[in-house]
Amino acid sequence: MVENQNVIGTEEVPIITLGDAGVSFGPVQALKGACLSIMAGECIGVVGHNGAGKSTLVNVINGRLTPTSGDVSYDGAQSVADFRNAQRARESGIRSVFQELSLCPNLTVLENYRIPYRNMPIKGWRKNAASAVLASLDAVFPDHGIDPYSVVADLPIADRQMVEIAIAFARRDIDARLVILDEPTSSLDGAIADQLLAYIKKFCASGGSIIFISHMMGEIFDVASRIVVLKDGTIIENDAAQNFTRDGLVDAMGHVAPDDQTRGADTKRRDFGDEVLRMENGLNACQGEVVGLAGLAGHGQAEALAKCFLERTSDWSASRNPAVVFVAGDRSRDGVMPLWSIMRNLTLQTLVEFSRTFLVDRKAEQNIARTWHEKIGIKTDDLNNPILSLSGGNQQKVLFSRALASSAPIVIMDDPMRGVDVGTKKEVYRMIRSEAEKGRTFLWYSTETDEILECDRVFVFRDSEITAELKGDEITEENMLRASFEMQEAGE
Amino acid sequence: MNMNSNNTRVENPKRGASHLLGVFSRKPWIWAFLAAGATYLATLVVVSTSAGAGSLLYAALTFASFSIIVGVGQMFVVTLGPGNVDLSIPATMTLAATLSLKFMASDPTMIVPGLLIAIGVGLACGLFNFALIMLLRIPPIIATLSASFLFQSLAIWSNRGLRIKPPASLADFATGGTFGLPNAAWVALLVSVLAWCVLEKTIAGRWISASGQNTRAARLGGVPVNAVRFGVYVGCAVLAGLAGFVLASFSGGANLNMGTEYMLMSIAVVVIGGSSIAGGNSNVPGIWGAALFMFLIVSMLNSYGLGAGVRLMLTGLIIVSVVVLASKRGRKV
Amino acid sequence: MNRDHLRILLPVLSLGILLAAVFYMQPRAMSYFGLNLLFNLAVPVALATIAQMMILMVNDIDLSIGTFVSFCACVTATFVQTDPLIGYGILFAAILVYAGMGAIIYARGLPAIVVTLGMSFFWSGMAVLVLPSPGGSAPDWLRTLMTAKTPFLPVAIIAPIVIAVVMHYFIKRSSLGVLLRGVGGNEQAIERSGWSVMGLKAFAYGVAALFCVLSGMALVGLATSADANIALRYTLLSIAGVILGGGEFTGGRVSPIGAVIGALTLTLAASFLSFLHLSPDWQIGAQGAILIIVLAVRLVFTRREALI
Repeated sequence: MVENQNVIGTEEVPIITLGDAGVSFGPVQALKGACLSIMAGECIGVVGHNGAGKSTLVNVINGRLTPTSGDVSYDGAQSVADFRNAQRARESGIRSVFQELSLCPNLTVLENYRIPYRNMPIKGWRKNAASAVLASLDAVFPDHGIDPYSVVADLPIADRQMVEIAIAFARRDIDARLVILDEPTSSLDGAIADQLLAYIKKFCASGGSIIFISHMMGEIFDVASRIVVLKDGTIIENDAAQNFTRDGLVDAMGHVAPDDQTRGADTKRRDFGDEVLRMENGLNACQGEVVGLAGLAGHGQAEALAKCFLERTSDWSASRNPAVVFVAGDRSRDGVMPLWSIMRNLTLQTLVEFSRTFLVDRKAEQNIARTWHEKIGIKTDDLNNPILSLSGGNQQKVLFSRALASSAPIVIMDDPMRGVDVGTKKEVYRMIRSEAEKGRTFLWYSTETDEILECDRVFVFRDSEITAELKGDEITEENMLRASFEMQEAGE
Repeated sequence: MNMNSNNTRVENPKRGASHLLGVFSRKPWIWAFLAAGATYLATLVVVSTSAGAGSLLYAALTFASFSIIVGVGQMFVVTLGPGNVDLSIPATMTLAATLSLKFMASDPTMIVPGLLIAIGVGLACGLFNFALIMLLRIPPIIATLSASFLFQSLAIWSNRGLRIKPPASLADFATGGTFGLPNAAWVALLVSVLAWCVLEKTIAGRWISASGQNTRAARLGGVPVNAVRFGVYVGCAVLAGLAGFVLASFSGGANLNMGTEYMLMSIAVVVIGGSSIAGGNSNVPGIWGAALFMFLIVSMLNSYGLGAGVRLMLTGLIIVSVVVLASKRGRKV
Repeated sequence: MNRDHLRILLPVLSLGILLAAVFYMQPRAMSYFGLNLLFNLAVPVALATIAQMMILMVNDIDLSIGTFVSFCACVTATFVQTDPLIGYGILFAAILVYAGMGAIIYARGLPAIVVTLGMSFFWSGMAVLVLPSPGGSAPDWLRTLMTAKTPFLPVAIIAPIVIAVVMHYFIKRSSLGVLLRGVGGNEQAIERSGWSVMGLKAFAYGVAALFCVLSGMALVGLATSADANIALRYTLLSIAGVILGGGEFTGGRVSPIGAVIGALTLTLAASFLSFLHLSPDWQIGAQGAILIIVLAVRLVFTRREALI
């Protein structure tokens, strides 16, 4: 750490400087006025809750996103806001290892090294590539035992992640100067993760820079010389690592205390019925309960919900009394039928329930649609308009109606409030409450803390496992963050 | 995919031309009929006698009916979404026709059992296709393609080069007409109306459309997607069997190449008829327009003295340009 | 021994068993002329199979290979023979059309099945225009090349080996081949590294077209004349060949050596069935059955792999 401090002190040109950079997708501001410059030899730990803007920040740095406001300059060069930042980033030696594996599974390890290497000398390339990857693997993960000639698909997932990291550090025509590691240890076991952390320290000591994103507090404090905390698209803290404590970091990440504590105490003490659902991983729910699934995004919550739904429904027949219904959050992938009208989208789930025969009962369909149109306030004057004419929030209301119109006793909700305005959210919370009081059970995965605070009981997921079950007054943002982030020392 | 524009409401109905254009773009099948009509008129320039005009239309309706019957089946399959195409239609047609004609052995009392055999063969072929797709997890194109080899061999083996005539009354029916329309066209009409009802009125129709738009979303919305696929593939094969039966009765016997042209034809009429190749959106009237168009363009080119080469080329170019034009601008992410 | 080696084992075994069965039933086939006869049509089939492999490698499928090879054969038997300059010009233009088709399919996100199906009408129309009735004749050099009496092994064996080795080095060893297979394996990874996926796809289609041209020429060299329907079966044969040779429909998992072996197996299977005195009625069906059986056997293997 001490050496790193010295490097920061010297008057070098930063590898990258973000000057008030902002990125907005339509009305959503994913990154606001980010100012950050990274010097050689620094290891920047980046932490933040879901949707804080971590991946947006990273993508601006590696040039895949061009900021919509402010500027980015590589190696102190005059910045130009055009679409060639990805090339500039490559030429400045910025490389990324993404959370989702970005190797070609059908190629061998050494062939995957060739793909990011644009100007590779052709002569004897296989040999050179093999030795380059091997050298890098040896340097980062001693005793790795990976053959550079093996096909990636044949490797276990941990080996694949090691290969990906090694390729990012491997020598090329332009050497790696800033390597972005997004959750690099997610598939690695403790000892191998330690090797990586040791290598990161060595890399920084020799003048390289790292951006290190992790949910493991221990790792962050182990390697980072500086820590950047993101919240709601803004960099709220940017300071040397020794000025933080673990608890302080969690506090910084968390939201300010919610301004309205509207949750009635009575809902908390409500009695629930019998247990209606139990899964292998320990997830369970009682009748009339609102069960929350929390944790950082991508830690197995969505998979658990999908499994829960698919196990309880059939590919071959539709039931008049379905056991579960599903409310999708990723509307275009899991929910909306883009060619259909609002009404057809709304009634898809309940077709067999309201139709007596194999024909669609148009009258019943219209009644249901009209009922929900009023009940949930879908903003349209004609239910026969195409679903895509609605705003995202209203499309989401249609998906809610689709599920709630059913008689199913269990409702599964997969982060259903993405892109929904506050007013709608309040309405939906109220509706969920009243349905739960009538005896329906809700499984609710959400990436937003104030939604989880609405739940009666919360399961926190980390690495596809349940790490905490919170009840009543234990349901606080702090407890959730603690359970979502690995608070232990790295490798213990 | 083109439904977005189809459903956009016309803001100002008073503006005649744009209103008309709006109506047209909302109902893509109109284009197929317009094209068919234009081709018809262009042919009449050469044919010129009124008797010729009538008989041309009659012939067009007759020959279009076979394309329509198989096209409706193919439409259901294509509606299931990208990668879903039934390439075994020609082989199924041939096999169904061969076996049923052999069974009837020109005996007029056996017509109904013969029809049932044709439908049964279609059923069996569809089941086989679906079994390959489901159990062996073979992509539908390859599954139906390799199955079609087997069907074709079966047909060759059972046929042995013999050409058995259909029962006389059946042949008369197939070549005859009622109320000024060829009987084959009545069959096609019946099939089309049924298909339209299934798509528009029944729960199954909703499920097919939902599965085609987004299988994952459909499954999560409670649609039994496997049952839907099963029904569609079997239904398509049954229609192919029926088409083979009618075609063989019409043309005086089954022969081994009778189905060949319907592999491409069935897909062409679906695409030209305005059904979305991306799935979820099917269009029964369009198939009529497209089938008439495909026949009329052949007769137009013939009457202009242009040969098979130009006809095939044009057909190919039309299909490709319709697909390119109907595609969404830019690449889907 | 990785999964790629395992995958090539099945086609090698099936070819070996088939060959042994043929030799057992017809020992005289175990000679220079016997082999030449058995594998007579292997060269054009192998070339067409390589073409299909190029397309499958980038996650598409080409249903127009049969008609396109026929078209190339017709051009070879007419223009290339009479006016070589125009003939080669036409073939070169056809390759460009193919590459353009690949680019459009990618740029507009079109289903390759439908586009190639439409193009198959186009090519067969062109073929009919070029050669309305069966005929034409092979250029002399081509005829000489295809029927050359090479020492030890006939052309029908040597040529596929050469094709397999050359393509193996191009697809499996060269750095460009890596990118092409990468498009099939993980298109986004390729795009992220700044390569043009559209360019790579167009290139793959262009190479496929080149092999179709070669296939058509080889076919004319063997058959000495052409007609517009000469190679219609190649669409199916080429797909079957790639799959038989261990290739897969998606994911960029293809093997040029396997594809050539697959093509040889299919050619041999046809000869074998005639040795069995199986009526020719069943030959097409047998090809379909072989395809289904291979896919079924492969499913058993992949299931086992998945369990491990």
